[in-house]
Amino acid sequence: MALIQEIDHGTPASTAEKTVRLVIDGNTVEVPEGTSVMRASMEAGIKVPKLCATDMVDAFGSCRLCLVEIEGRNGTPASCTTPVSEGMVVHTQTGRLKDIRRGVMELYISDHPLDCLTCAANGDCELQDMAGAVGLRDVRYGYDGENHVKARQNGEANPRYMPKDESNPYFTYDPSKCIVCSRCVRACEEVQGTFALTIEGRGFESRVSPGMHESFMNSECVSCGACVQACPTATLQEKSVIEIGQPEHSVVTTCAYCGVGCSFKAEMRGEEVVRMVPWKDGKANRGHSCVKGRFAWGYATHQDRILNPMVREKITDPWREVTWDEAFAHVAKEMRRIQFQYGKGAIGGITSSRCTNEETFLVQKLVRAGFGNNNVDTCARVCHSPTGYGLGKAFGTSAGTQDFDSVEHTDVVILIGANPTDGHPVFASRLKKRLRAGAKLIVIDPRRIDLVRSPHVEASHHLPLKPGTNVAVLTALAHVIVTEGLCDEAFVRERCDWSEFEDWAAFVADPVHSPEATQAFTGVPADELRGAARLYARGGNGAIYYGLGVTEHSQGSTTVMAIANLAMATGNIGRPGVGVNPLRGQNNVQGACDMGSFPHELPGYRHISGAEVRDVFEKLWGVELNHEPGLRIPNMLDAAVDGTFRGIYIQGEDILQSDPDTKHVKAGLEAMECVVVHDLFLNETANYAHVFLPGSTFLEKDGTFTNAERRINRVRKVMSPKNGLADWEVTLKLAQAMGLDWNYSHPSEIMDEIAATTPSFAKVSYQLLEEKGSVQWPCNEAKPDGTPVMHLDGFVRGKGKFIRTEYVATDERSGPRFPLLLTTGRILSQYNVGAQTRRTDNVAWHAEDRLEIHPHDAEQRGIREGDLVKLASRSGETTLRSTITERVAPGVVYTTFHHPGTQANVITTDYSDWATNCPEYKVTAVQVSPSNGPTVWQEEYDAQATQARRILPLDALEPAE
Amino acid sequence: MESRSMDAEIALKTEAIVGRLKPLEGPLLPILHDVQKEFGYVPKAALPVIANGLNLSRAEVHGVVSFYHDYREEPAGRHVIKMCRAEACQSMGGDELGERLLDLLGLDWHGTSDDGAVTIEPVYCLGLCACAPAAMVDGQVIGRLDDRMVTELARAVKA
Repeated sequence: MALIQEIDHGTPASTAEKTVRLVIDGNTVEVPEGTSVMRASMEAGIKVPKLCATDMVDAFGSCRLCLVEIEGRNGTPASCTTPVSEGMVVHTQTGRLKDIRRGVMELYISDHPLDCLTCAANGDCELQDMAGAVGLRDVRYGYDGENHVKARQNGEANPRYMPKDESNPYFTYDPSKCIVCSRCVRACEEVQGTFALTIEGRGFESRVSPGMHESFMNSECVSCGACVQACPTATLQEKSVIEIGQPEHSVVTTCAYCGVGCSFKAEMRGEEVVRMVPWKDGKANRGHSCVKGRFAWGYATHQDRILNPMVREKITDPWREVTWDEAFAHVAKEMRRIQFQYGKGAIGGITSSRCTNEETFLVQKLVRAGFGNNNVDTCARVCHSPTGYGLGKAFGTSAGTQDFDSVEHTDVVILIGANPTDGHPVFASRLKKRLRAGAKLIVIDPRRIDLVRSPHVEASHHLPLKPGTNVAVLTALAHVIVTEGLCDEAFVRERCDWSEFEDWAAFVADPVHSPEATQAFTGVPADELRGAARLYARGGNGAIYYGLGVTEHSQGSTTVMAIANLAMATGNIGRPGVGVNPLRGQNNVQGACDMGSFPHELPGYRHISGAEVRDVFEKLWGVELNHEPGLRIPNMLDAAVDGTFRGIYIQGEDILQSDPDTKHVKAGLEAMECVVVHDLFLNETANYAHVFLPGSTFLEKDGTFTNAERRINRVRKVMSPKNGLADWEVTLKLAQAMGLDWNYSHPSEIMDEIAATTPSFAKVSYQLLEEKGSVQWPCNEAKPDGTPVMHLDGFVRGKGKFIRTEYVATDERSGPRFPLLLTTGRILSQYNVGAQTRRTDNVAWHAEDRLEIHPHDAEQRGIREGDLVKLASRSGETTLRSTITERVAPGVVYTTFHHPGTQANVITTDYSDWATNCPEYKVTAVQVSPSNGPTVWQEEYDAQATQARRILPLDALEPAE
Repeated sequence: MESRSMDAEIALKTEAIVGRLKPLEGPLLPILHDVQKEFGYVPKAALPVIANGLNLSRAEVHGVVSFYHDYREEPAGRHVIKMCRAEACQSMGGDELGERLLDLLGLDWHGTSDDGAVTIEPVYCLGLCACAPAAMVDGQVIGRLDDRMVTELARAVKA
């Protein structure tokens, strides 16, 4: 294995279709029009020396190293800023060029430290490479003049010297090594879109400055790492490289955080990760990353990881470490005993959206084939189950319609209930790039999220609706589109069921759905809403992106259908640049749904009641499958409290922290006799577990993740599992202990079984993924290369279905006791329940959950910035600190759910989506009041958690190896 | 506390300037000019206000302000002398005159006298090479400087 060297073409690719031919150093090259001479040379394998150019950002032409000579032209133009033209004859190496380049390098080196041997970038420094390339042998200007290198010069402090900025936990900024190529500044602007960096001063005083000459930590920097990646020297350098040294090999894999599914090169030294670097060929991220995927992987080796299986009789006992075999035998025996005692349906399993497709497939197979029931569910229940239901009904497939590249062709984006700059940062950067290029944005969100207005991005319309009124607002948008004649009738007649459309159009045209009628309870001004509807319908390619602010409501499924209606009515479906795009929360939530994690569906979204579908699996698995849908997570918990559900196998999900109404979840878990938690850490759910099976991280196993664009990406093992077994092996051995005849020696065999049983995966194999890098399902006989954009020539279900979307107000309302509405969300640096990110330096940005409250509401209650406040709903109460901000409207408060100390879900209620039981996280009536300490619940919870996490000393066992 | 209320006042006045000049094409430089006119310098506290008003980042505004030497970080003296130190003036003895003037004022380049009377700055070409050595005093250019004029100048600005 070697280090993957990606070719840097110097300037971005041209998208022109017309090509031109030119001659470079005697080689004829044909490239698209608009390509730079530098890139054309690189295509021909000719490296033109360069420092300020890199293909992630536009050409800049400042380093003067890439000069070339072009026959018939005067002077020595920079190859990065000179576009090719037909018949051009270019020379990249002439005597004159050599002299110029050497002179330029002399100037650079005269103000650069000569500590190459002890420099962290040694072996990975473009300045060093260029010195070699131009044959630098001497520096005529010497090193004793004015410089930025030495802290003290001639016995006095050097005023030009600036010490290292080590404020960021993951990288350092050493101004003394900077050559002011401004690649970092341009990466921050063009790739990330944050504009946190600038070049301050001019001439010899020029320096990279975060913010207004601030430290990186105090500036606007979001630590995405694009600048570090762009830096050609050690000026911006990962601290891990400083600590460990240069990596010696790398492996391409997929990030295990959000649903964007970025491809990374895991750069390794032996089995130690040196750094994660975004892979430019990754089709989801195109070489970009965020603070989580790029830097927050330290949890994989965190001391809190549990590496040995553990068992206990009662949850009040301390844990006892056992061997894997004992653990498997114990679980098998307990599960069989419970089934014998309480019936076949008394046990179930939960698959994980964090784990691979193959692992998820095995867990649902274990439940269906091994447990003999369909009591399998997944955390998508609490996030995107309405997406599956709603889009399945409207279009016939339960997934987003586009790839992420589609955003580059979009003219108008509607963003509903999603906050991509925090939740899906790499997609947000791609969106912002498109917005800077002129696309328009409509934000529908109760909060003024960053995209409403941040440097160089401003939404044309922000519809700050009251939480819970999504359906009313979307139906009002449809009302405007229908009554103002903005529908794409030709599209609807050709692609959709016309009589259903007519029925729907008559429904939305009713004046009760007009924006003027609905503004009283939605809080959205009618003229803003009308403007937004016109813009979406008539602004060119219109795309809708949405998140959990859509689904996590009592009318989540209705809202998804309303979104589908809008897209169909305006003809915004079935080509690049348009579509309906759910931003999936977790790395493999799409995959977990695809793999048959729901109690009513076999892999590929096929209902369990279908005899033909069951037959496929029954033949292969040699068992008879139950044709009745099983229990959903909330039903399992209800049944547990009722005493009919007694055992559960939970892979990689922390239902106690992430599911609504914590007290109810706790009661359900407490009532069970065998709770098996399979996870990296003793999570909150494990406090109520009887068996703990240690899990493995994404770095420790092979498999695939499917991201929000249906893209199946490979996950590759880069280190041995610290716990001994990859997660798929754990499920496999558990199944074997339960007497199932399973034999898999590699996850690729599991994928082969998925392909053999699931039509939309028919052509997927590890070999195909090796060849193509990644593939988007459906991938079958008809689409052997996968499907970037769906519904191109017609909907999967045949005719697109319009469905009436009647607004029904949630039962959760503010009143005298609970006058405010709480909505929840996440923040950039933390991920979900925080089990991973809280165990990294990301806590530097977000050490605790905060309650955002409007100044008006705060003043009424005598609350000041940073005060401890009590947050209470009819379900429970907790305390946390306040942040006073106008991002939330009066009457609305907001918090995140990353920290178990806060337990925001103690507050959320048991209301849920009518169709899928997806909980109503986004609306809870609450009261906020000043507080002087944790609530009784928090204190009791902490005491229980401490008690439950005790592990018996190992003296009874043999010493560990 | 005092600095916070001063920052608040700066923010308020800057906001008014931004509001007035924002409709211009390329409004940043005119805004910075007016801010400098208002306060005698460009206070750091004004930059985030400008950034927010124009929907730029703080870094971008800082990059522009720091690029132009004429935008001051601190208030200048009542009089501002800019001595040309570019090639033509150097060849006509500008360096020596500059040193002499510094001596007379008891200041170094970019310095302001303790009584706030005068600030002296180097400048690189006033476009008055034909009349070198040249200087600019409170916006007025003076050519063909000599020892006598420099002495007089030092006396005049201190008065």
